[in-house]
Amino acid sequence: MAFLDFVPNLGRRVLLTIPNLGAATRFLLRSLVAVLNRHFSIQQLLKQVYGFGVRSLLLMMIAAFFTGMVLGFQGYYALVRFGATSALGTLVALSLLRELGPVLTALLFAGRAGSALTAEISSMKATEQLSAMEMMAVNPFAWVVAPRLWAGIIVVPILCVIFDLVGIFGGYLISVPVLGVDGGTFWAQMQSNVTFSGDILTGLFKALCFGLVVTWIAAWQGYAAQPTAEGVGNATTRSVVTASLAVLGLDFILTALLFT
Amino acid sequence: MAAEALVELENVHFSRGPHMVLAGVDMRISQGAIVSLMGASGGGKTTMLNLMAGTLAPQSGRIRVAGQDLQALDFEGVYRLRRRMGMLFQHSALFTDFSAFENVAFPLRRHFRLSESILRKLVLMKLEAVGLRGAAGLMPAELSGGMGRRVALARAVVMDPMLIFYDEPFTGLDPISVGIIATLIRRLNNALGATSILVSHDVQETFSIADYGYILAGGKIIAEGSPAALRASDSELARQFLGGQPDGPVPFHYPAKDDYATALTGSVAAGEVI
Repeated sequence: MAFLDFVPNLGRRVLLTIPNLGAATRFLLRSLVAVLNRHFSIQQLLKQVYGFGVRSLLLMMIAAFFTGMVLGFQGYYALVRFGATSALGTLVALSLLRELGPVLTALLFAGRAGSALTAEISSMKATEQLSAMEMMAVNPFAWVVAPRLWAGIIVVPILCVIFDLVGIFGGYLISVPVLGVDGGTFWAQMQSNVTFSGDILTGLFKALCFGLVVTWIAAWQGYAAQPTAEGVGNATTRSVVTASLAVLGLDFILTALLFT
Repeated sequence: MAAEALVELENVHFSRGPHMVLAGVDMRISQGAIVSLMGASGGGKTTMLNLMAGTLAPQSGRIRVAGQDLQALDFEGVYRLRRRMGMLFQHSALFTDFSAFENVAFPLRRHFRLSESILRKLVLMKLEAVGLRGAAGLMPAELSGGMGRRVALARAVVMDPMLIFYDEPFTGLDPISVGIIATLIRRLNNALGATSILVSHDVQETFSIADYGYILAGGKIIAEGSPAALRASDSELARQFLGGQPDGPVPFHYPAKDDYATALTGSVAAGEVI
């Protein structure tokens, strides 16, 4: 019987998902375009950039530092067998710039800023603040959603740059002073093997896409939440789970597309 | 009710999914009046406010506000009209990250470029009118329920609207606050020359300030008139509502099967009628 239920259940879920996707896409377009609305304010945007960026900074730096140090150890373990520890700098840098920097930044951002964003928008909805805004003829897309969405798009690539730098520094601290790799070789190899357009820009492009997707999901989950205490809680959980999975899935797609 | 109509509803139908909320409502609200909409909870009163404010659209029928057909207006047109409307929400809906002052200043800041000194005067005048000039610097979390409602009222009228909606303004307040809000509604309506539409089921308080009332049931208007006329109404439903009788045309019992004894021994499955 379970199998017989499986097919109609699957169909029902798909049928429910498709209109949701459509509504979420319309939501995204309305929010992106709301930048042109007269109620969009640069001050609000800066406030959100500060909230998302500066307040996530310490978390990102700590995470990056540990990630870089672990990369130093594990990379050394693999490379020392081939006598190739001189390539450790390249390995740490490429891993961070191309993959770990953007992905981990986006995952941490989803947990730190995305969940807060969902909770904020859904409780504004639950307490009728969004309706009040509409009644005052202030477009909530322009005043509330657009500054947050654009702040996410701006902030995630910047955080990613900082993540990469701190991570590489963490890798250096383990590789050179602790494991005894030659410092000159560490940096020289990195400099000659990492390309700006191929490695650094690819990573930043990924971060930009992740920033958009994570903030979009977080804002949409908040906006579409049931306006109850339970609804706010559910939306926050869904926001982090969906955004994290979306980042990992999208990372695969982007990596495959950008692979040369 | 000879004065010119500010809000007119013609044969308005509205449903949510299969559930019919309004089934052909006609209404004519004259300028300067305080009009009350009453009816059982879930009877479509708040929906009606949202229809008049243009946040919802009816499936059929026409709604005219200040001579403009809401259905014929585009998004911008509705927003322009809304700048001349104010609404007091049931739970105040104050912006929690702004002080009382900034809450009241919000619509002014968004719509006009005013100097700080003029803005300050306008906001403090409205806060003074609701008796809360001294609380201008407090955050919403520091205000009591009644004070929050008064700040929200100051915010609703800061643009000097022609039309003010009140969604359950008395709910959850102590008797003193209820009296204050009722007096303020009357006073602000007269001072601004506005028209007020009041959704409430607090019969006594509403009738003490309303000029005209409508009673909604089953998606239709079952009685209308001045408070005195409504009290004298011969509609059984109106009498049950105004008298607060638990049983009558609106039944006390949710529909159930007849056999009470069997129901007591069984279990309740979701969606089952027992």
